[in-house]
Amino acid sequence: MAAHRCRYLACLLLLFLSVILVTMSQETTLGHEQHELVIRPLHSGDIYASFQFRTVWETDFMKGNKVSHYRLFPKSLGQVISKFSVRELHISFTQGYWRTMQWGQPFIPSPPGAELWVWFQDSVTDVDATWKELTNVLSGIFCASLNFIDSTNTLQPSASFKPLGIGNGTTDHRFLRYATLPREIVCTENLTPWKKLLPCGSKAGLAVLLKSEKLFHSSFHSQSVHIRPVCQDRQCKSSSWELRQALNVVFDLHTSGQSKREWSLFKMFSRTLTEACPLASSSKIYIDVTDNPQEEQFELSPATPLLSQAVVLGDRRTFSVYDLTQQVTFGTVRSLNLMIRWKSSEGDMLRPLLHAERYVTGYGLQTGEIHTLMYNNHPFRSFPVLLLDSVPWYLRLYIHTLKVISKGKDNNPSYIHYQPSKDRERPHLLEMLLQLPPHSVTEVTVQFERALLKWTEYTPDPNHGFYVGSSVISSLVPSTVAMETNITMEQPLFSSFFPCKEESSYFARVYTEPLLVNLPTPDFSMPYNVICLTCTVVAVGYGSLYNLLTRSFQVEEPNPGLAKRIANVIRRMRGVPPL
Amino acid sequence: MGLLSDPNRRQALINLLTRLNAPICFVCYFAGVAWFMGLAFEPFTLRTYMSENAMGSTMVEERFPAGERALATGREFAAHKKKVGGMPVDWLVKTMQARGLEVFTQSFSRTLPFPDENTERYVVKGTNVYGILRAPRAPRTEALVLSAPCTPGDNNNQAVGLLLGLAHYFRNQVYWAKDIIFLVNEHDLIGMQAWLEGYHHTNVTGMDWSPLQGRGGSIQAALSLELSSDVVTSLDIVLEGLNGQLPNLDLANLFYAFCQKIGVLCTIQGKLQRSDWDSASGYNHAVQTMMLMVMKQASGRPWGDHGLFLRYHIEAATVKGVNSFRHYKTDATTIGRLLEGMYRKLNNLLERLHQSYFFYLLPSLSHFVSIGYYMPAFGLLAVILLLRALDLWVQLSAQPSRTEDGVAGTEQSNPGVLSVLTPLVISHLTGAALYMLPVRFQEVAVEHFPVSETEAVVLTAIAVYTAGLALPHNTHRYPDAVTLHHMGWRVLKLVALLYLAVLLGCTAVINFSLGFILALTLVPAAAYVTPHVPKALSAFFLVALSPACTLLFSVFFFQELQEMPVSFQDGWLLYLSVIAQGMLDHYLYGSLVFPLVALLVYPCWLLFWNILFWK
Repeated sequence: MAAHRCRYLACLLLLFLSVILVTMSQETTLGHEQHELVIRPLHSGDIYASFQFRTVWETDFMKGNKVSHYRLFPKSLGQVISKFSVRELHISFTQGYWRTMQWGQPFIPSPPGAELWVWFQDSVTDVDATWKELTNVLSGIFCASLNFIDSTNTLQPSASFKPLGIGNGTTDHRFLRYATLPREIVCTENLTPWKKLLPCGSKAGLAVLLKSEKLFHSSFHSQSVHIRPVCQDRQCKSSSWELRQALNVVFDLHTSGQSKREWSLFKMFSRTLTEACPLASSSKIYIDVTDNPQEEQFELSPATPLLSQAVVLGDRRTFSVYDLTQQVTFGTVRSLNLMIRWKSSEGDMLRPLLHAERYVTGYGLQTGEIHTLMYNNHPFRSFPVLLLDSVPWYLRLYIHTLKVISKGKDNNPSYIHYQPSKDRERPHLLEMLLQLPPHSVTEVTVQFERALLKWTEYTPDPNHGFYVGSSVISSLVPSTVAMETNITMEQPLFSSFFPCKEESSYFARVYTEPLLVNLPTPDFSMPYNVICLTCTVVAVGYGSLYNLLTRSFQVEEPNPGLAKRIANVIRRMRGVPPL
Repeated sequence: MGLLSDPNRRQALINLLTRLNAPICFVCYFAGVAWFMGLAFEPFTLRTYMSENAMGSTMVEERFPAGERALATGREFAAHKKKVGGMPVDWLVKTMQARGLEVFTQSFSRTLPFPDENTERYVVKGTNVYGILRAPRAPRTEALVLSAPCTPGDNNNQAVGLLLGLAHYFRNQVYWAKDIIFLVNEHDLIGMQAWLEGYHHTNVTGMDWSPLQGRGGSIQAALSLELSSDVVTSLDIVLEGLNGQLPNLDLANLFYAFCQKIGVLCTIQGKLQRSDWDSASGYNHAVQTMMLMVMKQASGRPWGDHGLFLRYHIEAATVKGVNSFRHYKTDATTIGRLLEGMYRKLNNLLERLHQSYFFYLLPSLSHFVSIGYYMPAFGLLAVILLLRALDLWVQLSAQPSRTEDGVAGTEQSNPGVLSVLTPLVISHLTGAALYMLPVRFQEVAVEHFPVSETEAVVLTAIAVYTAGLALPHNTHRYPDAVTLHHMGWRVLKLVALLYLAVLLGCTAVINFSLGFILALTLVPAAAYVTPHVPKALSAFFLVALSPACTLLFSVFFFQELQEMPVSFQDGWLLYLSVIAQGMLDHYLYGSLVFPLVALLVYPCWLLFWNILFWK
């Protein structure tokens, strides 16, 4: 009897559970959550860790209906999207420069400082006003100086920044705004609001690793937020919002303070993993073992039987996968601390197919020249690149000196979009479509003159110099293996950021270093001296000269003697003309 | 300003100035010299102080531990250098890479306009090796440079060792905000010139170099290290750069502050500081130190590898280790600590060094003379030229009224101008010949005379210089109007005086020392010379005060200051080599002293020579 009742209870419980499960699965159709950490050991002994958190919010937003139920999607961003009619929003904060020569291509590239680019919906009437308001709101959300974005550093690139989500049809660049702040310093106050957007915060799952004291003890730190509309299914009948939060960090072996060449989660982040975020539908760690099939380069522990292959940046890579949703992953100690022990010593520099550098040449404070070098290291294939250069107005570009030279010959750009600057209003914008010949360096040079600013326009530290943002080089680089063009297919997050249109090449974006340019600077510490000197010069020099020039000189009558004066007084009294 | 607008009082002032012209000039000259000599007197100078906030109050700790290891690296470097017989490029690349730097090389070549006999160079080929320490989380916008020249022989191995040791230590630190470039340059200044030109992609001297592959943004400051012994007794700082440019005084202050903090003896011009400023010998010591700086600055040549950085607005200095017989020695670890401290402070900089002085003289490391204090000395000399010019002007304007010959008065002006133009043109052509001919005609000279190329160049220069003395006698044939001849030389002298005043004024603003030394000799000559003085004696006097003789005296004086007096024979040889060196500095690094003297100062002096022989 008791057994029977027990069975009955169990049935009831099962029924109840299944109801919960069904409701939950219904809820997940409203949105789902993927977490991912990719770790790539680099030849130099450094290590590259890339986090991506993807939230999909399945709601039809284009219709303009008011939504109040956000669930996993952060409300602050959701409201921003609907209020400002944003179609796509990409924002990144980066501290440091990505060293392509040593580290290869990043999964999500970003320039030093802050970068923001937004596609507005075509229903927006006054794009500039909306953009201004949006930057101020984002400035509050991310605790960053995005409010310094104004017309003098905002661009409308015509070709370099295409929408990454669906709706590629409307690419009228009037609805695009792009701005960078190369001087923006990224630190914990930017990381905390970024972490708050995550569904589990930094309480559980991969996000527990994001401790600022370690993340900012690195060679490179970059965090970004990307919002775009994506297809819900293969037929693309309805769309949904995708929010990707990415955080890239490169740890330096030398400054880590240990002489042993080894890395572990604990050493990198001072935490180990004990669980996945319960809200995440998938939570995985990938470790790039492509160069290490027989463990000759490094040793990985604990070992995992799971291997996965993915096509990333034109190359087929092999990854060891740790699925955090499986209890097995955490083993008996209930904590996962991945260890990578290097066996071989340092390797050579990489030769990435595309990389670029930029520098200012010349000396003196009057003129200068900006050199942008783009390297195509492919042995036999040329490929096209789009170069976007934005130069502040106070460097006056002499566009007639623009030269593009590859292999000692002029390389005529097939497309040039140049918008001259207006003083104190907008920057120079130069976009060029170039074909990089195989195995070559292409050098773009343009001369400029340094403007003398008004004295209130100098920054508080004028002798530090003025920043010129990175050039952006967007390119279709030939890939060694066929790329996956179906974007709806299930694949790791890091391989699916840029949509791929053709199999033979992949999209890559490279940022050059920003420039620091000195402008002619007055000596601000001496206004008093200057005022004194100027006044003296004016008073003594100009005054006396003016006096001499305007005075009419007359020969003075010699003074009449006393007797004559008395005689004159008497004569005047008599009414006779004086002597 | 009633003084100038009232014709009576103006006349009175002018009368006073013309009547007392000679005594006032004498007083000005001696006041100028006295003022200058007073600059070295300690109570008249200011104490140096750190102006830059970012370097002043911030604390840094120096922990560099590995001096011995650095010296071992230096010995290893020496062994490889000996094996290769030059710069051990491969070894340096490998060693720097092992220390975690991004390493690049640059090759360069340069054919000198004529062989340099001091360093035995003619066709120079070399390679620079540099490694960049990338600052974590910095966007490659700013950099600091530490360089050590790779010199032939046993010199400077310790500097390279210490550089590599510091690179190793710096690489493991987290606090860097600027990239640090560790550069080992071959053929000292030529290599440095190639590297700097490559870095800034300019070419001012026609050198061949391969483009650089790695950069660190705009360089904020640089130190060049010269160290040839395992222990040192003192460290010497060298500041004088190309064309007499100096780095910001804060860099010298920084060096001095760290020497005080760490307890290392520090010198400038190789002279220790003395505390007995009130004694005659103490004052003498300060004068010596300051005069050495003046002489070095006036020469316009870079006195260390740092000198070439200054063109690019990079504050730079050379730190030299000196090992004398003094008892107290400093080891490499301490020097490493000192450099570490300096680099950490430079790393803290938010702006370029700009707070302190760029124009100064140093009678000791703790005291300085700023531009406001030394300029009056030059001003007192320059005012003599203006007074003499005023005197002549008054004489010229008074003459027509004295002759009261209206027709002649108006016609005088035209030939007057012509008579000035001819000597001006001829003397400048002579100057141009002095500038061009020596290097152009070296082959011809070598063919016809039994001399080497270098000797040919120097002797041609001296020959052209001397020939110039004979040339201008004929120039005053052109104004054949007899009535003018007493006017002619006055006009010419007036023009020459104003010309010299402008020339010296501009020179003194750019390079005070050069301007002052030239003024010291040229001003008396210019003030004194007229056609009516005894010819032979005056000619001797004028030649003795000519630029070439100034240089000769300077050579002897400099040797005297360095406490290495030379005999006349050696001094003459030294003089010849200094001339050759001056030309090489111009052709190799773009020093402006040779063209300045040849194209402007010498022609100006020729004008006075011309006045003396005016008939």
